[in-house]
Amino acid sequence: MKQQMVGIEIENVHLSFGDTEVLTGVNLTIEPGEFFAFLGPSGSGKSTLLRAIAGFGPRPSGAIKIGGKDIVDLPPWKRNVGMVFQSYALWPHLSVRDNVAFGLRERKMPRNEIGPRVDAALDLVGLSHLADRMPNQLSGGQQQRIALARTVVVEPQVLLLDEPLSNLDANLRVQMRRELLSLQRKLGLTTIFVTHDQEEANTTSDRMAVLDGGVIQQVGSPQVLYDNPQNLFVANFLGTANVLNGKVEKFGDQMRFVTSTGDALPIGSTDVTSGSIVLRPQNITISASGNGDTIKGKVLHREFLGSQIRYIVEAAGSEIIVDQSHAVGADWQEIGGNVALQINAQTAVVIADPH
Amino acid sequence: MSDTSRPGSIADKLPSALFPRLSGLGMVAALIAMLLIGLLIIPVLLVIYVAFLDPNTGALTLNNFQDFFGSSLFRESFWNSFYVSAMSVVVATIIALPLAYITTRFNFAGSMIIQSLGFIPLIMPPFVGAVAMQLIFGRNGTINLLLKEKFGVSIPFMDGLNGVILVQSIHYFPFILINLSTSLRNIDRSMEEAAQNLGSYGMRLFRRVVFPLAMPGYIAGAALVFIKVFDDLGTPLLLNVNNMLAPQAFLRISSIGISDPMGYVISFILVAFSIFSLWASFLFMRGKDYSTVQKGGGGLSKRDLRTHEKIMAYGVVALILLAVLSPHIGLTLLSFATIWSYAPLPDGYTMQNFVTMWNSSGEYITNTVIYAGLAAVADIIIGTAIAYIVMRTNIFGRKALDYLATAALAVPGVVLGIGYLRLFHGMEVPFSGEPMASWWIIIALALMIRRLPYALRACTAALQQVSVSLEEAAENLGASKARTVKKIVIPLMTGGILAGFVTSFATAAVELSATIMLVSSDSDAPLAYGIYLFMQTPSGRGAGAALGLVAVLIVGLGTFLSQMVVERDKKYRMSGQEQ
Repeated sequence: MKQQMVGIEIENVHLSFGDTEVLTGVNLTIEPGEFFAFLGPSGSGKSTLLRAIAGFGPRPSGAIKIGGKDIVDLPPWKRNVGMVFQSYALWPHLSVRDNVAFGLRERKMPRNEIGPRVDAALDLVGLSHLADRMPNQLSGGQQQRIALARTVVVEPQVLLLDEPLSNLDANLRVQMRRELLSLQRKLGLTTIFVTHDQEEANTTSDRMAVLDGGVIQQVGSPQVLYDNPQNLFVANFLGTANVLNGKVEKFGDQMRFVTSTGDALPIGSTDVTSGSIVLRPQNITISASGNGDTIKGKVLHREFLGSQIRYIVEAAGSEIIVDQSHAVGADWQEIGGNVALQINAQTAVVIADPH
Repeated sequence: MSDTSRPGSIADKLPSALFPRLSGLGMVAALIAMLLIGLLIIPVLLVIYVAFLDPNTGALTLNNFQDFFGSSLFRESFWNSFYVSAMSVVVATIIALPLAYITTRFNFAGSMIIQSLGFIPLIMPPFVGAVAMQLIFGRNGTINLLLKEKFGVSIPFMDGLNGVILVQSIHYFPFILINLSTSLRNIDRSMEEAAQNLGSYGMRLFRRVVFPLAMPGYIAGAALVFIKVFDDLGTPLLLNVNNMLAPQAFLRISSIGISDPMGYVISFILVAFSIFSLWASFLFMRGKDYSTVQKGGGGLSKRDLRTHEKIMAYGVVALILLAVLSPHIGLTLLSFATIWSYAPLPDGYTMQNFVTMWNSSGEYITNTVIYAGLAAVADIIIGTAIAYIVMRTNIFGRKALDYLATAALAVPGVVLGIGYLRLFHGMEVPFSGEPMASWWIIIALALMIRRLPYALRACTAALQQVSVSLEEAAENLGASKARTVKKIVIPLMTGGILAGFVTSFATAAVELSATIMLVSSDSDAPLAYGIYLFMQTPSGRGAGAALGLVAVLIVGLGTFLSQMVVERDKKYRMSGQEQ
């Protein structure tokens, strides 16, 4: 089933529902064979962008190129992009076999070739034994796999997954995302995965685009986006972030971030002169009395999370979240106690104020 | 963000407007619109227009209305129609309310029976039941003869307007039962539990929380009953109650002729009242969609009945069902009766009525199958097309198409009949040259327009069940719009379309008010008219009842079969699919 891998280029795409603009100036290149995620909160435009690639919804302006060919003016049925719907959209009046065979029949494939292809696709998702069932006789996970088989059997150039795991329970979701990834690797299919769940995006995608308000906020690998968010939205959307405002000052050959309350934090080199500093909770060390560059604070709350202890510390005019990994016999800071917070200079990211 | 190439709004709209498939559907939309305007709007407007014309000079005038309200007969007719409609709503409520309440609130073994038996009155035209009810409830009917014998009293169930009220409320109460039960079932259990938690219970809970929440359903049903009774021609005609509006319109037009203005004035009043009632119920229900069932919530909690309650419930239900089924029982007895007159039960039983019916009504049945069949087929085709255009395209004016088709609900059959007579008067059928107004196709067209709202509702509901993503999935896999409609949409709508067909066919087959105006010769007459003719003479009643029974059985069977298909379709969708 392996075929020529193609890339996707999205060039300056704008899209409106009536007077409401839902996608603004989207530019994006997805490499051939890449597993790419669109990540964003609901209403961010991620599903709209995916549906625009499949040809559903209002016609966008700009260009969407698959394998170099602009497809914006093609109707959905001439695009050869496979889409797996959030609801699976299995046709309830057709058996599993007929569902999977549908696309091949629409392509006027000879009858004697359809059978083996359908069997192979069902084999691929491990559900050959359910070929004669009706969709309402399947569990959620099985429906999901059939929807996948129905899509890949036509050998689309691109695979689009619209929140495919959101209707599954938590355990199945973890299992299915692994299966999805291994299937994608096996088929070498350029894949776009839409999700609002950062863990799903992190664990599956090669790269991802974070969207908000119809605008792409940042593109990159999950790790780059987490470690080096370009703006506060990305910083806050991916994991927990402490954000302090202030200025960057040079102190000898050492750069320092001085908060509006006058607390100074050592940081790595940066071009930014004023803005916000993003501190991940696990990159802050808490102790009763630190030495060196520390911020003084007072513990407000303490939550035991199992592998971690989370402190909410009042410091630098703000409430700072600090996660300490928990080991048997470790000391806990008391609520109301005075503590010192130490920041690992290499991990802090400074983001310039938006213009 | 660079703003170099902002999307122009015209560029957004152009491609969809240029798409060839849309212009094809656009043509269909235009064609349907023309059909509806020509066969519904123009005839009705014509009738209203003529009501304001001086019959001699042709000048616009209000004199006709002055004449109308100047006549004591018409004033009395107006009042009677209003009184009968209002009282029918009251009596229908008295029948429907306990049934709806018992079936939705209690674990009651009879619920299924009530819910299905509740439909049965609808599958028999009210005027057919009227004759049977004369024999049971009339002055010399079963009940009164027995009462007189035992207690020396009689109750005037069927005298004059009482008869119309009784027949109509027994026939039309299912409209209230169905709407009210649906509303009750759609109330979330937590609504009731919250009230209980705050100390409310029993009748007070029902009056303050449950019934107000179910009010929209009740009002919808009550408004329908009111309009239907106000417009109905067959029942008063058969019971020989002529001092009501619809019979007066019919008698004026059929005895004096289509130039008599009184028929048009009455038509105007009938239409005005229909529209007013629909509008009033719409105003009342606006912003009151209380359907509150949440996921996994389920409807109101049902509780078990205590023994004495159970006995009472069964008693009430049995009594109501006996009354509701009395037309059917009477009709069945009558169809097998030798002579049934001045006796509680027929003198003897025979199959002769069926033989007579079979020999003399073959034509009625054939005509009915042709008219109602043509009308129902046209209805589901137009209904499906309108539903698709409204819900799946953005053709300009698509909503208007929906309203236009639904507007037929507010047009009484008498009015449409008079409108067609007036509109097609003097026209000739192409080629054959016979007068258009007496052409049988006109009857089929009238039936089609009258039953289109039913088919349209069924088709719309069916299409609503088809999730858009099912269509998108097909397009995504290479099926064009037309192929998607054929392979996915239509098969998934089959149940609903079939239900629409059966509803349209069944109700068209027993429709009397428009047909009675348009039938010009007995050989063109459909079944309902045939029954009406049979029932005119005492000797024909047995055969008329036999014909009525056949109609009821056919319609009942059709309803049952379509219900089975709808249920099967529902099962398809039960698991996994999104709502």
